[in-house]
Amino acid sequence: MWAFLITEVMFFGGFFAAYICYRHYYFDAFMAASNTLNIPLGAFNTTVLIVSSLTMAMAVHSAQLGKRKQLVTFLILTMILGATFLGVKAVEYADKFTHHHVPGPNFVFEGENTRGAQLFFSLYFGMTGLHATHMIVGIGIMIPILLAAMKGKYTPDYYTPVEMFGLYWHFVDIVWIFLFPLLYLLGGHLVGGGGHH
Amino acid sequence: MSKHEETHDHVVSTKVYYGVFAFLLVMTALTVAVAKVDLGIFNTLVALTIAVMKASAVVFFFMHVRWASKLARLFVAAGFFWLLLLFVLVMMDYYNRSHLGM
Repeated sequence: MWAFLITEVMFFGGFFAAYICYRHYYFDAFMAASNTLNIPLGAFNTTVLIVSSLTMAMAVHSAQLGKRKQLVTFLILTMILGATFLGVKAVEYADKFTHHHVPGPNFVFEGENTRGAQLFFSLYFGMTGLHATHMIVGIGIMIPILLAAMKGKYTPDYYTPVEMFGLYWHFVDIVWIFLFPLLYLLGGHLVGGGGHH
Repeated sequence: MSKHEETHDHVVSTKVYYGVFAFLLVMTALTVAVAKVDLGIFNTLVALTIAVMKASAVVFFFMHVRWASKLARLFVAAGFFWLLLLFVLVMMDYYNRSHLGM
């Protein structure tokens, strides 16, 4: 499982490297573009993911102790929190479309930083999109695990799927821990920050 | 044989999980608060320091690396070291091109 996670680290690492590079070239544009992101929503989603990491850790804990009902409850809670995160993300994406902040022919950004801002939003959609895809896959994987847990398939001697999935879920949380400051908070100190247009 | 394979069954006290959880929440509030203050180039430094602390807490406690075997820990460390290598080399290249007039 760790071998897979390390390949995932490299997968996301490529995006982060591209971010490092273009942020250097278009620093002012990146700050201005970051300034339009909604910090309260981003912070809310960060909190949602942290709570879901706790419920996932508690799910593994319950599996270790053979507490079937607790395991099922914590798995369901984790799924609900993951879905909540994705719901907020959908609202944010819709907001980008109404403000013409989606890279492409209809991209509009006030000021002289259009080129760099477009790159920022490309990275924003690429990075948060890949992250959201991981969340969707994660919720999908949780369904058979939840069903097996309901049937009482996991015991203190055998709970490897729960444990391995927990590692995956925590990894996805860690990616967001870095995405949140790099994308949302970069321009937080500029006047009018936090998504107020 | 099966006994030896069960290296993963360290049961952690729930107190540890709740402690890490509280730490993560406090650090999130802190990073949002600090981001509103203009610290110049230090904004990113502070934000990344907090992010690394949060990520470490997740890796060591939620992901049980603190109680993992030495081999597993070496494996994880090697992965992150490789990532660091990627970032440092990218920065060494792109951040110094301006000196060459490129």
